[in-house]
Amino acid sequence: MDELVTGFFQAIQLIFSLDPALYEIISLSLSVSGTALAISVVIGVPVGAALGLSRVRARGFITALLYTGMGLPPVVVGLFVYLMLSRSGPFGVLGWLFTPSAMIVAQVIIAFPLVAGLTMTAVQGVDSSLRLQVRSLGATRWQETWAVLREARLGVVAAIVAAFGGIVSEVGAVMLVGGNIDGKTRVLTTAIVLNTRTGEFAAAIALGIILLALAFIANVAMLQLQRRAGD
Amino acid sequence: MKRIVVVLALALVAVNLLACAATPTVTAVPPTQAPATAPTPTSIRASLAANSGCHLILSTTTSTQDSGLLDFILPGFQQKFNCKVDVVAVGTGAAIAIGQKGDADVLLVHDRQNEDKFVADKYARERFDVMHNDFVLVGPKNDPAKINGMKLAKDAFKAIMDTQSTFASRGDKSGTNSKELAIWATLGITPSKSLPWYSALGQGMGETLTYANERGAYTLTDRATWLAQQAKLSGLVILVGGKNINENADKDLYNPYGVMAVNPDKFPGVKYDMAMNFVAWITSVDEQKIINTYGVDKFGQQLFYASSAGWRQANPK
Repeated sequence: MDELVTGFFQAIQLIFSLDPALYEIISLSLSVSGTALAISVVIGVPVGAALGLSRVRARGFITALLYTGMGLPPVVVGLFVYLMLSRSGPFGVLGWLFTPSAMIVAQVIIAFPLVAGLTMTAVQGVDSSLRLQVRSLGATRWQETWAVLREARLGVVAAIVAAFGGIVSEVGAVMLVGGNIDGKTRVLTTAIVLNTRTGEFAAAIALGIILLALAFIANVAMLQLQRRAGD
Repeated sequence: MKRIVVVLALALVAVNLLACAATPTVTAVPPTQAPATAPTPTSIRASLAANSGCHLILSTTTSTQDSGLLDFILPGFQQKFNCKVDVVAVGTGAAIAIGQKGDADVLLVHDRQNEDKFVADKYARERFDVMHNDFVLVGPKNDPAKINGMKLAKDAFKAIMDTQSTFASRGDKSGTNSKELAIWATLGITPSKSLPWYSALGQGMGETLTYANERGAYTLTDRATWLAQQAKLSGLVILVGGKNINENADKDLYNPYGVMAVNPDKFPGVKYDMAMNFVAWITSVDEQKIINTYGVDKFGQQLFYASSAGWRQANPK
């Protein structure tokens, strides 16, 4: 108990002392997860919207695939990406293994089904009379899709928040494909593992607090965005 | 309808975040040893003692695990004493930290300075010699720093630094890491992540070797883990240290292991008696002979060399 309390106070100190090592880890976590999220959103929201609006026969099958993707164990994704990017694997020439690029690839694979699937659900939930209404006012296909997305914004925002929460707190995949290299691929989660293993509890707690705070801030920001979009 | 969507979306968010929290983290605790074989009928005392619930926590370095030594010798202990050994294999620094919190019963590590400090700080009553082997410097076959055949690790490290060749470090306060940093210290440098060619992984020897193999990096490794993993590391070869310990010309690469039972005076809850059984068993001449045999048939040479006090007494040079 003693250890926890001292650790906690040391952690607060670390955070406010603007420790450069700590902030480097934070910034790498944000840039890796941020990039992965951006890519997932750019691909996932249109795909999800298209699936939600279309009446393709294969939709049921694709939906099942997406839902399976949402339930994929992240560490299995990590294993898969590792095998793909290894020197003895098909994409070894890229030289991405043990670099942030590999971590972004893994996180995109994890986040994409979430974004697409939840966007699809949100879009499907929009009243179909809205589409008719908008079309009757002369909207193009794109304008119609955009209108539906705006109407479904709560669900879409939830999709993005869920994806961010999932990938920023994920540790198995980024450990496998990133390698937890100091100054190069060490992010919040892998740093917590290392610090706990080596008994550096103050640092581990500090990182844990930051991770929780990040998730919290992301939620608040997203909710603000959504509220403003509604005005 | 919209409300159902919101509820469903938020529920999925919650489930997802919970699922992520529950995702098994990459922990340092390997699966516990294979269950001990049934106690022999002769050990009536053991079965009467109803020791089946006995667990001894051994905090050790990754090299004893990754080399396969523990898998080889521990079943013998478990059978003899009817006590399961739970192995926590982390870097020596972490293993010692675990001992300092009383979370382990016995330590098997290789960092003499820190072992002595552990005893001096009364975390253990005494330290005992167990075995030794040596470190070697491995690297990519094309050897960009041209260190092949150098006699001293110090010179090889200098060449690696001068050519800015990729170097993989354990970076985890392990015994191997301490040795590596000590060699850099003789060159007057403290390597850090600011050096683009230096990568500190913060992981065990197995992982560091895998990384070195993938990236074509140099790394310092204990010979035992190297021999045990060599088949999977087709891109690496030994460049400094020779083919066996007798060919290793660098005294700095000598790698002794020590065993210590955690002090019950500091942590009354530790299994001191069983821990001392472990110490006595692993340093016994019989067990030392078994340690000497490990690896000979598979790798053509033993991975660890007996050096307990008992062994040296029975085999004076």
